[in-house]
Amino acid sequence: MRTPEAPSNVDYTRDLGDPGVFPYTRGLHPAGYRGKLWTMRQFAGFGTPEDTNARYRALLAAGGTGLSVAFDLPTLMGRDPDHALCAGEVGKCGVSVASLGDMEALFEGIDLGLVSTSMTINSPASILLAMYLVVAERQGVAWSRLNGTLQNDILKEFIAQKEYIYPPRPSLRLVTDTFAFCAEHAPRWNTISVSGYHIREAGATAAQELAFTLRDGIEYVQAGIDAGLDVDTFAPRISFFFNAHSDFLEEVAKYRAARRLWARVMRDRFGARDPKSWQLRFHAQTAGVSLTAQQPYNNVVRTTLQALAAVLGGAQSLHTNALDEALALPTEAAATLALRTQQVIAFESGVTGTTDPLGGSDAIERLTDALEAAALRYIERIDGLGGMVAAIEAGFPQREIADSAYRDQQAVDRGERLVVGVNVGATSGDASVPILYIDEAAEAHQRRRLAQVRSRRDPATVEGALQALGRAAEGRQNTMPATLAAVRAHATVGEMCDVFRQAWGEYEEAPII
Amino acid sequence: MRDVGQHRIRVVVAKPGLDGHDRGAKVIARSLRDAGMEVIYTGLRQTPEQIVTAALQEDADVVGLSILSGAHMHICPRVMELLRERGLSDVVVVVGGIIPDIDVPKLNAIGIHGIFPPGTPMPRIVEFIQQQVGARVD
Repeated sequence: MRTPEAPSNVDYTRDLGDPGVFPYTRGLHPAGYRGKLWTMRQFAGFGTPEDTNARYRALLAAGGTGLSVAFDLPTLMGRDPDHALCAGEVGKCGVSVASLGDMEALFEGIDLGLVSTSMTINSPASILLAMYLVVAERQGVAWSRLNGTLQNDILKEFIAQKEYIYPPRPSLRLVTDTFAFCAEHAPRWNTISVSGYHIREAGATAAQELAFTLRDGIEYVQAGIDAGLDVDTFAPRISFFFNAHSDFLEEVAKYRAARRLWARVMRDRFGARDPKSWQLRFHAQTAGVSLTAQQPYNNVVRTTLQALAAVLGGAQSLHTNALDEALALPTEAAATLALRTQQVIAFESGVTGTTDPLGGSDAIERLTDALEAAALRYIERIDGLGGMVAAIEAGFPQREIADSAYRDQQAVDRGERLVVGVNVGATSGDASVPILYIDEAAEAHQRRRLAQVRSRRDPATVEGALQALGRAAEGRQNTMPATLAAVRAHATVGEMCDVFRQAWGEYEEAPII
Repeated sequence: MRDVGQHRIRVVVAKPGLDGHDRGAKVIARSLRDAGMEVIYTGLRQTPEQIVTAALQEDADVVGLSILSGAHMHICPRVMELLRERGLSDVVVVVGGIIPDIDVPKLNAIGIHGIFPPGTPMPRIVEFIQQQVGARVD
């Protein structure tokens, strides 16, 4: 055991700093959650836009403080609901949004000037952002008032979640187009959420999650600079998204290491001068991969501990998973309980009264140092490979993650890592929980609506807008204005993505087992 | 009939549909390979037609489908139908992923008996495949 008199090799001013002071290890704000609580943002989406709109209203009525849109796989992959590849997938894993009318229905009765909205969308991100901007416009809300976040993190798709469409380099160009456009027109909008969540879910360790996420962040900043942008014009709107996993102390340390590492990278590697550019703000989501189908009520306990780690680590925004998510998308009752979990932590546990309450603990400081050092070693290796795009093309992060995932499975199978209800405390005949069942009605509904949209719009306007979008894609100008014009003409997500497919081709990975 | 003692079990592991979450498919592929099976991983976004063609070309004993997207009741019946049409009714089909209890009897009814939810230990899947293929060859 180490004693308080023999702490790790930490220099307080250099390595920690008070909350609100560079390098922000202890947090971004001096008052922590005493000043402002985290945003309770529950990721939700299923079926038709109308189905999801009802869930959003229920979450807001229950005290949720932000929205987070889960799109279905056809939308994420840039395909319209009537495409052959989408059969059986429409509205299943999220809400189906094919054109402007769907986006309007999704936010019907919700004032976009008051709510903050996160949208989990990557390859077609610029298109869905354009739809959100046009819905705001039609509600009479100025773009300068919009608060929210576009995930827009294509690199982690190649690394982990695999919802890519185009090759990496044109995909990155779409990202920098949104950076430039929003810096000018929607300055409060977070243009990217650099995501470790999916990297961790795919099997990465905490150190790998930290390393690959921050190295992705470096790649985006460099891409913005290479596109001619001043770092301080876009870096303050870069946000992050981390997993909240089960190893409690390690997770708290991970968030602290992330803030310190990013602050140093932004100041020292990129020469950013605006402190906002140095500050790593993050959303956290509890670990979906840790949920078990066995004894599903245990998931409430897991999620509570994971959420507490995110809070003690200083998350700006949090999603807590529901107990039934190893079985299906959550029911309204399960989603409400997940939100209540956050409320108990926020309003009853008392932990919000102290900023970085575990800071100074020898275990936490040593873990923070160790994770930062491990991440820096990976970052150097990826720099040596020529950057993250080159590393992805070489299969480097994909292989590292696959190896970690396999080692983890072996550890569980051998009983070296214990999972309650699975390899310890297992019972036969687990309690069954009610689940949300999404039938085929949403698919039929969305196909009908798409047919209506196609029959009612002006074909010449759509055709002209899509051709202009194609010219923008093939040229060098920002694609956002042409995307907005196509959205206003009621072009569909599938049609716009097809224009980009035509211009840039489609990416195919060499699978790594 | 092949001699099960000599025969190395051949498994096509496939990821149908639009979903890209491939952690499970890859871990299974590696586990089956380490258990001595010949594993062919198709990669992402395979249609039922592509999967059945792979099963035919690879002379597969087993097709393993990884589905987390909720599209299993669309994909699985189609794969079973195509296997029958191609004369591959003896291929053992197993499914892993997020499969609600309510769908398990429906999958059993179309001939899928190996259904493995999150948290299934790998040795259980290996054993199931060995038994099923062994029973079939006998």
